[in-house]
Amino acid sequence: MIPALIVIAYLGVVVYIGVFAFRHAHGSKEVEDYFLANRSLGPFVFLMSLFGTNMTAFSILGSSGHAFANGIVTFGLMASPAALVMPLMLFLVGTRVWALGRRHGFITPVQLFRDRWETSHVGTVIFAVQAVLLVPYVIIGVMGGGTTLSAVSGGRVPYWLGGALVAFVVMSYVFFGGMRGTAWVNTFQTTLFLVFGAVAVLVIGWGMGGFRASVEALAASPQEFLLTRERFSTLDFFSYTFIPLSSIAFPHITIFCLTAERMAHFKRTVIFYPLCLLAIWLPCTFLGVMANRAADVPAIHAKLEARATLATQASASALPAEERAALRTKATGDDVLVQLLNHYAPAWLAGLLAAGIMAAVMATDSQILALSTMFTEDVFAHYEGKARFGEAAQVMTGRAFVIGLTIVAYLIALRVPESIFAIAVQYAFTGYAALAPLLIGALFWRGSTKWGALASTLWVAFGVLGIAVVNSNVPAPPPGQATSVWSLAGQDVIVRTAGGLSVLGFMPVVPMVLVSSLLLVIVSLLTPRPSAATLARYFAD
Amino acid sequence: MKNTLLGLATLALYLLHQDVWFWRSARPFLLGFLPVGLAYHALYCLLASLLMLLLVRHAWPTQLEREADTRDEQHRRP
Repeated sequence: MIPALIVIAYLGVVVYIGVFAFRHAHGSKEVEDYFLANRSLGPFVFLMSLFGTNMTAFSILGSSGHAFANGIVTFGLMASPAALVMPLMLFLVGTRVWALGRRHGFITPVQLFRDRWETSHVGTVIFAVQAVLLVPYVIIGVMGGGTTLSAVSGGRVPYWLGGALVAFVVMSYVFFGGMRGTAWVNTFQTTLFLVFGAVAVLVIGWGMGGFRASVEALAASPQEFLLTRERFSTLDFFSYTFIPLSSIAFPHITIFCLTAERMAHFKRTVIFYPLCLLAIWLPCTFLGVMANRAADVPAIHAKLEARATLATQASASALPAEERAALRTKATGDDVLVQLLNHYAPAWLAGLLAAGIMAAVMATDSQILALSTMFTEDVFAHYEGKARFGEAAQVMTGRAFVIGLTIVAYLIALRVPESIFAIAVQYAFTGYAALAPLLIGALFWRGSTKWGALASTLWVAFGVLGIAVVNSNVPAPPPGQATSVWSLAGQDVIVRTAGGLSVLGFMPVVPMVLVSSLLLVIVSLLTPRPSAATLARYFAD
Repeated sequence: MKNTLLGLATLALYLLHQDVWFWRSARPFLLGFLPVGLAYHALYCLLASLLMLLLVRHAWPTQLEREADTRDEQHRRP
């Protein structure tokens, strides 16, 4: 129970930082101050907070859980492609978004789209799709909070209470502190995690009798495949390089690009981002893999047994569907990191380390704030709410939205049983990666039009909906098998695998991004461009 | 020319992500415990950071900073 108490004390500190930020801003009623911290973040806070914003429950719990089941491939799937693509996007797109925001006063990406393409309603459609796609991301944060608190307390804090506590804390400091509070909390949390993460690796390594011995033992066991990528398709591996395109298209990242005081602050962020990713993902992936040698941890032993039962195809097929689903849930490794800490670290240290994990889990704050910003700017203010009721009412609406959204996300988190990783990749990441061409088209191609943007956005909406419908209607086959969903001339085009959908061997993100780009180009070429005056404001030459 | 070289370096690094040559090997273990497939991608992150350093040093879009300082008061949002 000591670790849980330390985590709860930590949550208290986080709320204090948020409230302190509120006081610093004198209870701000100004829109740019609440939503963008007055575009005044310094280089250190900008780097740490931007990185912290991306370092979510998905990167910590999801990555170690995925590595537990799939091995070292996890790092190459999500970390190394992001180490190249994410800073590249910040360099190319983030700096332009910052400059345009500073010049034209934009607060959200939809404002940029509306102005750039001379449209109102297409902007509203983009807002709706962005908002719907961001909600799953908020949900995984709440799920991560519930999982972590439940695990560190040995089940004494139930999942529903852990999730509720995290949701309440995040809601509180976002409500009071706005962007300033969120940025300060993220900076504090990222620093905490980087420091305690390093300690965690050493403590767990020591407890397991040294990593060299554990790796050698794993290499000599039937689970050696976890140290290679032999069971993973090269096409799937390639598909994952499309996922980090989502990073810059996520509204909370685009909006965050507007908070830097100077464009020069991007320089350090761009250079150090791959190193921060390495510092977080390498230990998480490695520890996730090593958890397979920690059968002395009872909770992990139970997971390994459940996995072994599922892997035996004959026995897995003989099981009723409900029992198979229960086994899958039991085998999920989202909490292996916490279980390792609980077992190998002393209670007080496990508490501090779990607080570090909690720090990452709570990165959901940025998404909540972004949704609130988008709602108040792209809907409330755009449709005359600000003109009629004033700026203070707009900020108040944003705060009310924070409360409503957090409650809805919490209620959904209680009912969604899927693994954190699957939800994030299948819906939010795929959808946002496919929305990236919109931002790139708006900033770099004068020929892009609102109709091209609309076609691309609708494709994303229906594509993600299609993935969700097929995933929920076609039961997942046992690992290693595939169920044909659609075939053409005897060739399987879409198949359902244990991990999700596959299109001609690729993950859905590949056709989603390619078709989205094609639609933007083809429809834009067929429809009239914005006026010359507008284009002149975006393209100097 | 400089930008072309930087573009080619970026493309090369993107392609180097698909390291099929280490696909089925666990050994050698770097530092005695890091499987080669994992060590390769850790090194890849270091190379990505180096590439970013080159981009920032040699292709930084300074004109954007100048443009941003010229506020568009006529079209600026209220």
